[in-house]
Amino acid sequence: MDYEVVIGCEVHVELKTKTKIFCNCPTDFGGAPNTHVCPVCLGLPGTLPVLNKKVLEYAIKAGLATNCEIAEYSKFDRKNYFYPDLTKAYQISQFDLPICKNGYVEINVGGKTKKIGLTRIHMEEDAGKLVHQGATITSATGSLADYNRAGVPLIEIVSEPDLRSAEEVLAFLTNLKAIIEYTGVSDAKMEQGSLRCDVNISLRPFGQEEFGTRAEIKNLNSFRAVERVINYEIDRQTDILEDGGQVVQETRTWDEGKGVTLSLRSKEDSDEYRYFPDPDLTPLVIDRAWVEELRSSLPEMPMAKRKRLIEEEGLPEYDAGVITSSKVLAEFYDGVRAHYGDAKKTSNWIMGELLARVNAEGIELEDIKVKPEHLAALLTVLDKGEINGKIAKEVFAEMFNTGKEPESIIKEKGLVQISDEGAIVAIVDEVLANNPKSVEDYRAGKKQAMGFLVGQVMKASKGQANPGVVNKLLAERLEQ
Amino acid sequence: MITKEVVEKVAKLSRLELTEEEVAVHAEQLNKILETMDILKQIDTDGIEPLAHVLPIQNVLREDEVGECMPREKVLSNAPEQADGMFQVPKIV
Ligand SMILES: [Zn+2]
Repeated sequence: MDYEVVIGCEVHVELKTKTKIFCNCPTDFGGAPNTHVCPVCLGLPGTLPVLNKKVLEYAIKAGLATNCEIAEYSKFDRKNYFYPDLTKAYQISQFDLPICKNGYVEINVGGKTKKIGLTRIHMEEDAGKLVHQGATITSATGSLADYNRAGVPLIEIVSEPDLRSAEEVLAFLTNLKAIIEYTGVSDAKMEQGSLRCDVNISLRPFGQEEFGTRAEIKNLNSFRAVERVINYEIDRQTDILEDGGQVVQETRTWDEGKGVTLSLRSKEDSDEYRYFPDPDLTPLVIDRAWVEELRSSLPEMPMAKRKRLIEEEGLPEYDAGVITSSKVLAEFYDGVRAHYGDAKKTSNWIMGELLARVNAEGIELEDIKVKPEHLAALLTVLDKGEINGKIAKEVFAEMFNTGKEPESIIKEKGLVQISDEGAIVAIVDEVLANNPKSVEDYRAGKKQAMGFLVGQVMKASKGQANPGVVNKLLAERLEQ
Repeated sequence: MITKEVVEKVAKLSRLELTEEEVAVHAEQLNKILETMDILKQIDTDGIEPLAHVLPIQNVLREDEVGECMPREKVLSNAPEQADGMFQVPKIV
């Protein structure tokens, strides 16, 4: 039988605040263990958590950027469970009155736009980090707890089970990540753990309305892992159903090395967490004027920008998708276009030379040294014919490595294109004198000998000769 | 009705180890508490929003400004066991 896959995502995003959600400890990553902690985030008796205003602001911004309704009234609840990464034996989270609900993120798959519903976005605190003393958690003799991360602010974004393929999930995560990045509330980097994803997957026969039993796979930290997990789970659950078995509702973990998911624990029912309102925190009544102020402070969102690049800039869908998938790249594009007129050429250079080098060097887009106005200047001199394409790429490589402006690189290296006919004629004559065979071939009708001769002239001029002038002069000489 | 099984489940979730006698005592006491709750149930609460906080306060917020952390010796001073500046905990699973 053919099964339809039904997927929902829970995405945890670490907010980029200076301090933790309920205390003044810094959120900086990489401090010595247990040095970014205080009585509040350690959960010591007698302490009182107080909400960081920035966390509320960022959660609202994330909600507005994903078309959510912002609650008029919201509160925090305690989610009770025992695990050594929690200092208090409960996590402060939000249960029935989350800050945002009923939003959506648009995705574009196979030329079709689809809205993926967001059930809710709530605020909560991150847990500490455990270092297991052994190869794996099951074989460890014990664990060490570092609470620097305990209390770092998170938002959890919960999607509706609207996703129907790995491709849709990747498009959803890509767009969600871009939206979050555009709002500036988080770095949203999967590799660095500031964006983590849990996926819920179930299968049902096509046409069946009722959902099948789902498995939840926790804490995926790369797009690649998400894709592999989904494909693995589709196979695993299909096999179970084909054999007449039943999928167990449970939490599973992804073993990256073995490429399999493993049962972690059967899903605790939500009431096993014994949620109740946290009496230490006051309810939130959200000022509508503030919400509107935050709404108007949001930058253009990726899908809107994508649409603008296609409709107004005339870029192909693919180009627009790549450029808007990252805020840095989109801003870079706008930066070049502010000084340079050709949209498609701008996009070609960003997607070609720039991204190729970024990927080859394995650097972050934030760390690009090239300034957009410098790329604009390079493309301008290229268009004017002051340098040719090959040299432009050389200059760009130098710009990429040093951050220098193109004019000074061109001057320093003496790379200005030679268009002066007198100078080129000398080289042309020399090349013709050195290649009598090719000249003979050309005159005998083998027109392709021309290409060889042009190449020789370009080589002799160290690539600086204007190819148009070279062609013209060669043709003149050969026709004599 | 709080049965022996319910008490055992709640005890497990709370990581409490109870003897047979204690389970019986708690079952009886919890049932009495629920009976008292039944009195409260007689009040008509239609149209009344659930209470989120007992005090009439809201929106207590702080600015996002870094403050002092606790010295690590102090942080770890109550830890029964520690290693490498971290809390040592027993085997988890
Ligand atoms: Zn703290």
